Amino acid sequence: MNIYVLLKRTFDTEEKINIQQGRIDEDGAEFIINPYDEYAVEEAINQRDQHGGEVTVITIGEEDSEKQLRTALAMGADKAVLINTEDDLEAGDQFTTARILEAYFEDKQPDLILAGNVAIDEASGQVGPRLAERLGISYVTTITKLDIDGESVHIERDVEGDVEKVDTQLPLLVTCQQGLNEPRYPSLPGIMKAKKKPLEELEIDDLDLDEDDVEPKTKTIEVFLPPEKAAGRILDGEVNDQVKELVTLLRTEAKVL
Amino acid sequence: MSRKVLIIGETRDGVLRNVTFEAIAAAKTVSNGGEIIGLICGESGLNPLAEQMIHFGADRSIVVEHSKLETYTSEGFAQAVGRVIEQEKPEAIVMGHTAIGKDLTPKLAARFETGLISDVTELEEGGDNVVFTRPIYSGKAFEKKIITDGILFVTIRPNNISALDKDTSRTGDVTAIDVEIGDLRTVITDIIKKTADGVDLSEAKVIVAGGRGVKSKEGFDPLYELAEVLGGAVGASRGACDADYCDYSLQIGQTGKVVTPDLYIACGISGAIQHLAGMSNSKVIVGINKDPEANIFNIADYGIVGDLFEVIPQLIEEIKQVKVNA
Repeated sequence: MNIYVLLKRTFDTEEKINIQQGRIDEDGAEFIINPYDEYAVEEAINQRDQHGGEVTVITIGEEDSEKQLRTALAMGADKAVLINTEDDLEAGDQFTTARILEAYFEDKQPDLILAGNVAIDEASGQVGPRLAERLGISYVTTITKLDIDGESVHIERDVEGDVEKVDTQLPLLVTCQQGLNEPRYPSLPGIMKAKKKPLEELEIDDLDLDEDDVEPKTKTIEVFLPPEKAAGRILDGEVNDQVKELVTLLRTEAKVL
Repeated sequence: MSRKVLIIGETRDGVLRNVTFEAIAAAKTVSNGGEIIGLICGESGLNPLAEQMIHFGADRSIVVEHSKLETYTSEGFAQAVGRVIEQEKPEAIVMGHTAIGKDLTPKLAARFETGLISDVTELEEGGDNVVFTRPIYSGKAFEKKIITDGILFVTIRPNNISALDKDTSRTGDVTAIDVEIGDLRTVITDIIKKTADGVDLSEAKVIVAGGRGVKSKEGFDPLYELAEVLGGAVGASRGACDADYCDYSLQIGQTGKVVTPDLYIACGISGAIQHLAGMSNSKVIVGINKDPEANIFNIADYGIVGDLFEVIPQLIEEIKQVKVNA
């Protein structure tokens, strides 16, 4: 099977967000593989081990993303591709990303494409379904179980807490939800091997695209932090009195009861 | 500039979801006086729902009825909605940012080569454009965005934009559109209901959430009882999910769901930054924790330092009492 994983480098979930000159300040921040994309990498490796084939991990970004690609290779992926847009694109959106990936897949024959159901930074969740639509293949989002039997695919997906069972066919794009698997940590031999695995670097030029082809349809005009919450009130007295006071406050002051 | 706006309506268990009414309210701002069209797709009997969308502010409604639209699939619904978009040529499209909204709208945006701003919590007119505010980094920050080219296509987060008042005297045309739907490659074979009362976390007005301090699966029982008394839903921190006290579908946080209820009661949750990201924009936050130093108290409006197994039963009784008296 030709298996592909769409991966995004994101801020570590531990990071506080600061804004410098109207932009998110990345100085000194730790970066990780988007946690939902880790499920995608793990699942891709498991499916390859069951059915054979090759796992290729793709990211769009800058030079720095190589680190996250190497981590995916160390987990067990076979090949990595970095589509480096640093010199060509000032801004992009989900249209841009999907358009670049569409061009990348033009001469490929994917059986299965996996992505996270959402990235924890911009959280649009658009790129997977957009790409599937452009490639003319089916997609299933927020999956928690994936069984492939020949061309038939049986899936369980999380729909607002309920479980939906879905039958479909390859080729297919899926987006991964928590609960699908337990992503492995790269082993030391895995990390050593990853250094020698192929990592191809492309620019949009190599995909016969120019800046105009991928011009975003949306624009961010401002980034800001939410107002700081004032410290609240810790109630005191016996538990019974605290509970009574809380209910009164919720009714009269907060007006939510 | 006025705009013709299409609202993609959504049902759950045969009734329109509240977020559809909120989408109509958002459409009022986007339309700037232009026509607002409600759309509802399903198997049959949709006319009363189409009327209801008019009562909540749509000028007219469209229904698409087909046996292949009985349950939602991206393929089936994209064919139905796509056909309506081709026919009506709206200048803006609004839908709820729900499981279906998240699944369907990127496919339509890709098909029509448009931008899409998802998970909008606020919107305002800004000159010739509309400025949409949405959370990023799970609410640790926000961004304001505009669409620079093509249809203004947005999904709105439930519970953030108030629906307009219902006005049953409003009237408008309801038209049916016939759509051919080809064979579907993806079929739903079964749906296993896990959410018993049908109150979804993203739309719940009240959430009672438990963390490691709940200590066990059974420990969640009083939380469920409290949620029931309040007509709310139960959520959890990652710690509680990892410890197998509850299902991952309940997880709230940077991984998991991001929620903005009117009232959030955090029980035995210390308040790690990843959890706070998922709930700190709730309107009112109550923290119940044994540890007076717990981080949750830094963002809670009201805090009770104490054992949740002692506090919650008393809270349930007190709320029942208040409800009886009211």
